[in-house]
Amino acid sequence: MTRLQPWFAVLLAAAVLGFPLWLVVATAGKSQSEALTPDLSPPSDWRLVENLGQVWTQGRVPAAFLGSLLIVVPTVLVALVVGSMAAWILARRSSLLIAGCYAFAISGIVLPPAVVTVVLLLRHLGLAGTAVGMIGVYLGIYLSTVIFFVTGFVRTVPTSIEEAALIDGAGPMLVFRRVVLPMLRPVLATVTVLVCLYVWNDVFYAFFVVGGRMDTLPLNLFEVASAGLYLNNWHLIFAYVILMSLPPLAVLAVAQRQLISGITSGAVK
Amino acid sequence: MTAVLQRPAPPAVPATRSPARSIARRTHPLWFLIPAFVLLGVFFLLPTLFNFIYAFTDWSSFKAAINPVGFDNFSDLALLSAVRITLVYAALVAIFQNVFGFGLAVLLERDTTVNRILRVAFLIPVLMSALAVGYVFQALFKPGAGLGFEHAWLGDTTWTIVVVALIHAWKWMGLSMLIYLAGLKTIPAEVIEAAHIDGASRWRSFWSVRFPLLAPAVTFNVATALLGSMNGFDIVQATTGGGPARTTEILNIFIYRTFGQGLFAQATAMSLVLFLLVALLAFPVITLLRRREEVL
Repeated sequence: MTRLQPWFAVLLAAAVLGFPLWLVVATAGKSQSEALTPDLSPPSDWRLVENLGQVWTQGRVPAAFLGSLLIVVPTVLVALVVGSMAAWILARRSSLLIAGCYAFAISGIVLPPAVVTVVLLLRHLGLAGTAVGMIGVYLGIYLSTVIFFVTGFVRTVPTSIEEAALIDGAGPMLVFRRVVLPMLRPVLATVTVLVCLYVWNDVFYAFFVVGGRMDTLPLNLFEVASAGLYLNNWHLIFAYVILMSLPPLAVLAVAQRQLISGITSGAVK
Repeated sequence: MTAVLQRPAPPAVPATRSPARSIARRTHPLWFLIPAFVLLGVFFLLPTLFNFIYAFTDWSSFKAAINPVGFDNFSDLALLSAVRITLVYAALVAIFQNVFGFGLAVLLERDTTVNRILRVAFLIPVLMSALAVGYVFQALFKPGAGLGFEHAWLGDTTWTIVVVALIHAWKWMGLSMLIYLAGLKTIPAEVIEAAHIDGASRWRSFWSVRFPLLAPAVTFNVATALLGSMNGFDIVQATTGGGPARTTEILNIFIYRTFGQGLFAQATAMSLVLFLLVALLAFPVITLLRRREEVL
């Protein structure tokens, strides 16, 4: 049994992961006529680079990439700073008020956001269809996750280091910046990964808030696919899938250990 | 939380101010909470409160005035069917995702090089866009193409919901696997040794000793799978778009389609239904699973 395990595991992975992923690469390498019925046969002549080039312009990849970055980066930065500030206080102080605040703050992990009325709200605020509005919506959704993870982490850190800094006369802002934030590095890495992953791949909330007004990678994938399915342009759809998946896969290749420990840290105590 | 609401204001400063608390006020000031809570208040709480108002109006893109209409937006029978489909979908995903994730965790438990590489490989779908995963499986299940199925598995009014749930589980099983692996790692070796000394077979010690100790991992995985699938959209949109004959139209697909038609109030009503559904379901499920943990 132990001797067979590696073979079985490899075969299973090849079947379960290999077929779908090979279909993406093979189809993205085919010509349009060959890709009309996407199957597992290898392309007779690899046209991957040409297809990537075509989808690069047709799917406005540079604009979409910039649009995605323009939303992901500020969302993560604001969520980390603002979320850790709140989490530090929520973890260090205790009263009924604090407990209530904490319950409210993390309820967003479970409760679904009000996706229709948030559009109305953004219109009132003059933020409809803007990157700022989109960032606000994502913050409203994912701050809960940040606060949950960071509060849990702060509770495991002894207060003695903070107290030492306080005795030296440092104010709370200084203590937070110089002492607390650096201590939070591992949990902040976790949360960064999670929030990036959600926001980078999100298309549902983006449809409502910036659909048709901004280019992001998932929105443009949807556009390419909607046009592509109609014309059976499977080679272009999968070329786009490859382009869009490269950044997260690069992160997986470089930082798999942090990624894995990050994903699992919040779940099992 | 209700306890907080019932307390006379201001609850933070009791009549007799303890010295510890006044020190805390200086070293850990409450104003640090303000930026996060302003953002949560504006972008999470406020739209949620709006849900409870606009769901009972005739707000639409067709006219400027917004008037109250009572429960009219909830009388659509399609809403009921979307709720039913969402619940079926969530239950199927929770089952498949946990069975697959658990199976993978057990299979890849030993820290060999092959297993380490395969664990990372099973994370690829987790990192991919769900929309992209949907398109991949649409191609795989295309009759006469992809895997070469004769039957249109994504055009079957009975089985498509199951197939889409399987695809959803395929995308997220790597995550469940990681959580179960972490759970298996936290079980001390002495516990298993003790079971062996007592004469338990491998099979028996696994199911009677190690499996029950995985309760926290089960709680987390079941809860996240349920919540993730009830909030699902991308995979269903990319594989079936809610079809055939609306048999896979989960609430978020319904909301998206209705919103696109300019029927904002109806979309809001569905959004409110989803909110209440998750609130009503998630909290009991989590409490139930937690209680199971405590018994063990």
